[in-house]
Amino acid sequence: MENRMTRFGAAALALAFLAACGGGDTDGPDAGAAGLTGSIEIDGSSTVFPVAAAVAEEFQIANPDTRVTVAYSGTGGGFQRFCAGETDMSNASRPIRDSEAQACHDAGVDFTELNVGWDGLSVLANPDNEFLQCLTVGELNQIWEPNSTVTTWQDVRDEWPAEEISLYGPGTDSGTFDYFTETINGEGGASRADYQASEDDNILVQGIAGDTYSLGYFGYAYYAENSDILKLVAVDGGEGCVLPSDETIQDGTYAPLSRPLYVYVRHSALERPAVRAYVEFMLGNATEIVPSTGYSALSAEQYAEQMRAIAEAAGGAS
Amino acid sequence: MTTEPMGRAPAAFHRRRHLKGAAFAVFALLATLVGVVALGILLVDVTMDGLSAVDWDFITAFASRLPERAGIKAALAGSIWILGLTALVAFPLSVAAAIYLEEYAPKNWFTRLIQLNIANLAGVPSIVYGILGLTVFVRAMGLERSIISGALTLSILILPVIVMAAQEAIRAVPNSIREAAYGLGATRWQVVRHQVLPMAMPGILTGTILALSRAVGETAPLIMVGAVGFIAFTPSGLGDRFTVLPLQIYDWISRPQDEFHALAAAGIIVLLALLLTMNAAAIILRNRYQKRL
Amino acid sequence: MAQADPSLSQSRAGNTTTAGSASIAGPAALASRRNRDFKERLIGAVLFVCAAVSTLVTVGIVGVLLGESLLFFREVSVVDFLTDTRWTPLFQDPHFGILPLASGSFLVAAGAALIAIPVGLLTAIFLSEYAGPRLRGALKPLLEILAGIPTVVYGYFALTFITPILRYFVPSTDVFNAAAGAIVVGIMIIPTVASLSEDALRAVPEALRQGAYGLGATKMEVATRVVVPGALSGIVASFILGISRAIGETMAVTIASGNMANLTLNPLESIQTMTSYIVQVSKGDTPHGTIEYQTLFAVGLTLFVITLLMNVLSQWVLARFREEYE
Repeated sequence: MENRMTRFGAAALALAFLAACGGGDTDGPDAGAAGLTGSIEIDGSSTVFPVAAAVAEEFQIANPDTRVTVAYSGTGGGFQRFCAGETDMSNASRPIRDSEAQACHDAGVDFTELNVGWDGLSVLANPDNEFLQCLTVGELNQIWEPNSTVTTWQDVRDEWPAEEISLYGPGTDSGTFDYFTETINGEGGASRADYQASEDDNILVQGIAGDTYSLGYFGYAYYAENSDILKLVAVDGGEGCVLPSDETIQDGTYAPLSRPLYVYVRHSALERPAVRAYVEFMLGNATEIVPSTGYSALSAEQYAEQMRAIAEAAGGAS
Repeated sequence: MTTEPMGRAPAAFHRRRHLKGAAFAVFALLATLVGVVALGILLVDVTMDGLSAVDWDFITAFASRLPERAGIKAALAGSIWILGLTALVAFPLSVAAAIYLEEYAPKNWFTRLIQLNIANLAGVPSIVYGILGLTVFVRAMGLERSIISGALTLSILILPVIVMAAQEAIRAVPNSIREAAYGLGATRWQVVRHQVLPMAMPGILTGTILALSRAVGETAPLIMVGAVGFIAFTPSGLGDRFTVLPLQIYDWISRPQDEFHALAAAGIIVLLALLLTMNAAAIILRNRYQKRL
Repeated sequence: MAQADPSLSQSRAGNTTTAGSASIAGPAALASRRNRDFKERLIGAVLFVCAAVSTLVTVGIVGVLLGESLLFFREVSVVDFLTDTRWTPLFQDPHFGILPLASGSFLVAAGAALIAIPVGLLTAIFLSEYAGPRLRGALKPLLEILAGIPTVVYGYFALTFITPILRYFVPSTDVFNAAAGAIVVGIMIIPTVASLSEDALRAVPEALRQGAYGLGATKMEVATRVVVPGALSGIVASFILGISRAIGETMAVTIASGNMANLTLNPLESIQTMTSYIVQVSKGDTPHGTIEYQTLFAVGLTLFVITLLMNVLSQWVLARFREEYE
C-alpha cells in the first residue's frame, strides 16, 4: 500500500514535469512556413514599447518559430543593455546621448538609428473637468517644477476652482519623463516629486480617468487608445493653443511636446536572418502598425529610405 | 445551581445572560461567515467578469495588444514549466533536509539553529526572495531573467514550507516501526528509505503539492526575476525568457480598458482552476492517508 | 539533492528484509561492511548539506540586503533614512526618508488588522467552541481556499470591486487608495489569524471548560472568560503573525493602493508601501551600482528586519506566556 503511494507520488511528479516539457514542445521546430528561426531580444523605452510589441506580435504570427522578447526598461536602461551587447535592438524616445554612444563604441557595438514614428507628448485631464481646455508652457512649468507650490487649480489660474490637483506622470526611468522635464522645466529630471509616478502608462490612465481634478502627461499613443475616458488638453507654446493630432505632431505645430521615436539596431545582430527579417518587417509594415498603436507614422518613402540604410549596414557587417 | 456564584441574581438576570450568550453565538457565526462570504463574492465577481472570455482560443492564443486576440498560451506553459522545475529542485532538497532534521540530526545548537531558521524563513515576505533571486541568480550567477532563475527563486521560497510539512509527516511515523527495523539490523538509511519514507510519503506529497500551489500563484518575486514586457512564445529550455499566469494577469489588471480586465478575470479563472486541481489532489492524498492510519 | 531523488522515485520496500538480513546472516565480509558504513556516512553528509541549504538562504538574504544597504548608507545617513519625511529617491532633489513608505505599510497593516483580528478571533472561537464536527469540516476547507488564493487575485478584487464601492460612498476617494488594499489584505489574513488562534483554543483542556460549566457559566462565558484567556499567548502570536504578513504583502497593495510615497493617515488617499516601492523600482530596471538601485536593498532590509522582529516576537510570546496544561 505504502509502496503504491510512493510510486503514485513519483509518477505524479514525473507527469507534472513531462507536461511541462510538453508545453514547450507544442511549437516544434518544423512548424513555421517561412522556416525562419531564432531569438530576438529588444528592450528600451516604454513609450516605444507598444510599437515594438505590435511589430513583435505580427512578426511572430508570420514567423511562428521565431522568439521575440520585448521588455521596457526605459530608454536609458535599454541603452545600457544594448551597448553591453545583451539586446539586438533598443527602443528610444530620444536620440542616443553622446556618453551612451561612446559606451557602445567602446564595447565595439555599431548601430544604425531608425526613426519609426512620431510621438506627441499629451497633457491629459479627466473628461468631467470642464474648465480646463488649454495650458501654457509657463503654467505647465509652474505646476510641475521642482518644489512647486501649486496644490489646487486656483493656484494656476484665479478663476479656476480651489480643488486639489492630483498629478500623474511617468516614472523617472522613462524617456517621457526626461523629455517632458527637459522641455517644460528646462532640465532633464527636474520635477516635483509628489505625484503618482509609474513606468506603466496604463496605471496613469486608470488614475486620471478616475479622478475629476487630475492632470497628467504621457505619450499620445496611450491617449489614442483611451480617448473615450480621457480629455486632451491643448498646449500653448507661444503661438496659441494647439491640440496634438497626427498632423500637428508631424508638422511640428504641436510644439514643444512632439518628438521622434527611435529604434536602434545593432549591426552584428543584422547578420542573423531573423533580426534582418524583423527589421525589414518593421519598416515594411510601419505605415499600418504605427498608427494602430496611436503614434504617427512617417511616409512610406521615408521608411523605404531607412530600409536602404539597413541593407547597407547589413552589407557592411557581413 | 447551588454553586452558582451569582446566586442572588433574579431570573431576569439569567435570561439576559443567556440571551447575551445566544447573541454572541450568532455574532461569532456571522464573523465566521465574513471569510466565507468574501470568498463567495470574490469568486462570483471574477466569474462574472471573466467566464465569457474563457474558451479554447483563450488557452491557445498568445498575448496580444488586441483584447479579442489575446490568450494565455505563453503564461500557462510558463506556469507549468515553473511548477515542474520548482518541484524538481525543491522536493528532493526539502525532503532530504526534513529527513536529516528528524532522523539524523544530533540534538545540538546547530540543529536548533537550522530549525529556528526554517521557521523564520517561512515568515520572510516573498518580495525579499525576489531581491535575493535578482541579485544571486539573475545577476551574480549570470542566469539572466530566465525560467531557471524563476524556478530557483520559487524553490527557496517554498523550501521551508515543504521541510516543515515533511518533518511533521516523518514525525507521525510511529517509533515502533523504526525500532523493529533497527532490531533486524537495518542501517539508519535503510530504515529511513524502506520504512519511514514510504509511510510518510503521502503526508510529504500533500505538503509539497500545497507548497507548489503557492509557488504557482506567486507574482511578486517573479516580477523581479521574471519577464516584463511582451512574450509570445512557449519556453523550450532553462535559459529562456518566460512569463507565468500571475504575471500575465497582473499585466492585464494594470491596463485601464475593461476588455483587458475581463481577460485578467479569465486568466484568474484558469489560474484558480489549476490551483483547485492541485488542492483537490492534495486533499485526496490526505484523506487516503488518514484512513490508513 | 540528486541522490535523494531516485530513492524516492522507486520503492523497493519488498527488498528490505532481504537486504537487511543479508548483511547480518551473510558471510559478513569486512570490506562490504566498511563499504556500507561509508555509504551511510555519505548519505548522512548529503542530508546534512541539504538541511544546511536553508541556513545558506538566510545568509544569502542577509548578505545581499546588508551588502548593498551598506553602500547605500555610505551616501545617506541612517538618521536621514529614519527621520526624513520625504521619499523621493528617483528625483533630481532626492530625499531618502523611509517614513512615508513605512507609514504606507503600517496604514495598510493597521486597516487589515482592524478587520482580521476581530473576525479571525471570532471565527476561531466559533470553530473551536460552537461548530460541530460536520460544520467545522465544511468551514475549514473554505478558509483554506481563502488562504490559498493568489494575492494578485486579491489585487484584482480590490481594484475592480472594493474601490468602486468605496468611491460610491466617498466620491473623493483616490482611484488607488490605502483602504481598498487594507480591506483585501485583511480578508487575506483572516485564515492566518483564525487557524492559529483555533489551534490555541483547542489546546485548552476540556477539563477547564467542564469546570466552568459546572459553575453554571454559559457557553459564551466559558469561551470568553476561560478558553480565550487560557489560549491568550497563541492568540496574540497569531495576531502578530497576521500583521507581519500584512506588512510583507505585495501584489494586492501594489495593484490597489498606488505608487505615491505619501506620509498620511487618510486611508482614502493614494500611498506607497515598502513592498510596492520595491516592485516599482524593479519594474523600471534601474541600472545597478546607482543609489536608486541601492534603495531597493535598503527598503528590503527594513522590511526584512520589521517582519523578522515580529515573527520572533510572536514565537517569544508563544513560548514565554504559554499556559502549560499537562
